[in-house]
Amino acid sequence: MGAQTRPVPPPQSATEAVEQAIMGHKRDWRSTLFELALLLALLIALGVLVWLITDIFIKALPVFQERNLVEFLTNPMSSNPRRAGIGQALWGSIVLMIFVAILAIPIGIAAAVYLEEYASDNRLTRLINTTVRNLAGVPAVVYGLLGIAVFVVFLRDWTGGQSIISGGFTLAIVVLPIVIITSAESLRAVPSSIREAGFGVGATKWEVIRSHVIPYALPGILTGTILTIGRAFGETAPLLLVGAVTGGFAVAANASITERLQGPYTALPTVIFSWSRQPRAEFRELTAAAIIVLIALVLIINAIAIILRNRYARKW
Amino acid sequence: MTSETPTMTRPAVRPGAGAPPEPTAQEHVFEVRGFSAYYGDFRAIRDVDLDVPRNRITAFIGPSGCGKSTLLRCLNRMNDLVPGAHISGKVNYHGVDLYDPRVDAVEVRRRIGMVFQKPNPFPKSIYDNIAFGPRIAGYKDDMDALVESSLRRAAIWDEVKDKLKQPGTALSGGQQQRLCIARAIAVQPDVILMDEPCSALDPVATLKIEELMFELRNDYTILIVTHNMQQAARASDETVFLTMGDDRAGYLVEKGPTAQIFTNPKHQLTEDYVSGRFG
Repeated sequence: MGAQTRPVPPPQSATEAVEQAIMGHKRDWRSTLFELALLLALLIALGVLVWLITDIFIKALPVFQERNLVEFLTNPMSSNPRRAGIGQALWGSIVLMIFVAILAIPIGIAAAVYLEEYASDNRLTRLINTTVRNLAGVPAVVYGLLGIAVFVVFLRDWTGGQSIISGGFTLAIVVLPIVIITSAESLRAVPSSIREAGFGVGATKWEVIRSHVIPYALPGILTGTILTIGRAFGETAPLLLVGAVTGGFAVAANASITERLQGPYTALPTVIFSWSRQPRAEFRELTAAAIIVLIALVLIINAIAIILRNRYARKW
Repeated sequence: MTSETPTMTRPAVRPGAGAPPEPTAQEHVFEVRGFSAYYGDFRAIRDVDLDVPRNRITAFIGPSGCGKSTLLRCLNRMNDLVPGAHISGKVNYHGVDLYDPRVDAVEVRRRIGMVFQKPNPFPKSIYDNIAFGPRIAGYKDDMDALVESSLRRAAIWDEVKDKLKQPGTALSGGQQQRLCIARAIAVQPDVILMDEPCSALDPVATLKIEELMFELRNDYTILIVTHNMQQAARASDETVFLTMGDDRAGYLVEKGPTAQIFTNPKHQLTEDYVSGRFG
């Protein structure tokens, strides 16, 4: 095209004609510009992240320099910033995650298996599928309100009101739709040819699902589920609503497991939230330190998911 | 060979179970009468009448979309699994109506095995690929022996005997397909349905499968859907030609001994198809 805009001596030979046609002398500015714009977008995203993390690291540095890390990780909440630690928060977060894992994983997988393998494809099933997808997008704070109504108030005798049981159930409900969706996607990724192979040798539906579909989908299900646990780990809003304590509290040393589970509790994101609102500068350092612990734990959880995925990734 | 392999704990429905009778020209494994298959409102095949002789290889040929695969998959109730699929007419299997409401489709599929277009081994070990079917059928005897005999009959034993613990999916395409045939044999079926088993394979692997089919014909009745007319011509005893009507429903045009269909077809459509003038 470009060659025709200015006069060119008639080509002497076929070689010259081809050379004139294909040896481009015009730079493709649009492509370059487009590429630069894309690169800029990436740099903005990365830059903000790097800035945030560096900022937090610098703020947290005094805590890690001046205090023993183990002490910071194990001390209880305190109004004295020199003694305040995240011990109770870590314990609370871990217990919450155990609740989430025990409640949301089996129920979520079972619901996904039913939706994918058993439910007939009719309007009701499609409606349920859409609803689950929408529920996954509902802000967690809304689930917090549900948690107040159901677990804190209605089931008070059993959960102990504003307790870690209420918090665990609420968080489990927050992640349940996501567990269902990721499990359903993993089940759908098992090719129908595998199901046919099972049926072809005289397996019942249950035998095909138990021996083939679920085992082959399991790595994907677990990866997705662990990622959602990572998400639940950082969830703050619903816990604030269902009564995670933002100040100091103490549990009797001789309290039974039931008493502990029904008593006051806090969690890592809640502590970060409450410390960030303290006026004293030392608490800002503590906040940053707690954020780093939270980020590290979420990264570890995600790393486990990625390792699982890479280890058991299957090509069909 | 058949008498060496132990029988399943589930009772066989074969006539005169235990000692299969000598094949005769009159004995039909399938008798299809006035059979139509539908997907929702769409009729995929209409009014098929067909007798499938025992211990023969019967090939289904015809242009794409003529319902060959649908017809094949209706013979072991595999098409039940497609949402919206339903049928009318009768498919008699050794005189029993396969679509009688009392029939257990799972049992039907154990007796009428299937090999699919794309090799679909389970992503498990070669051994477990073979052992899965017998295990769920309640087979309690020597599993190792059954695995070996199945792999031998599928002419793949020598290639895999040293790697039975390796995944079946690591084999080549042709080996995978023979593994799938071995898996079908392992549950000791009566009939093997093959849905374009060689379409994903190279000519050498294809030839191996065809040789294997001739071996297996002594013990099984084989039905094969193929797009490859040379394959139908060289590797089948009977040929059934289907085509698609103006209503997009497939129908049976002509059936007969393979030699006759390919050299002296009665119907103009068959002649045009086998001579490569259409389809």
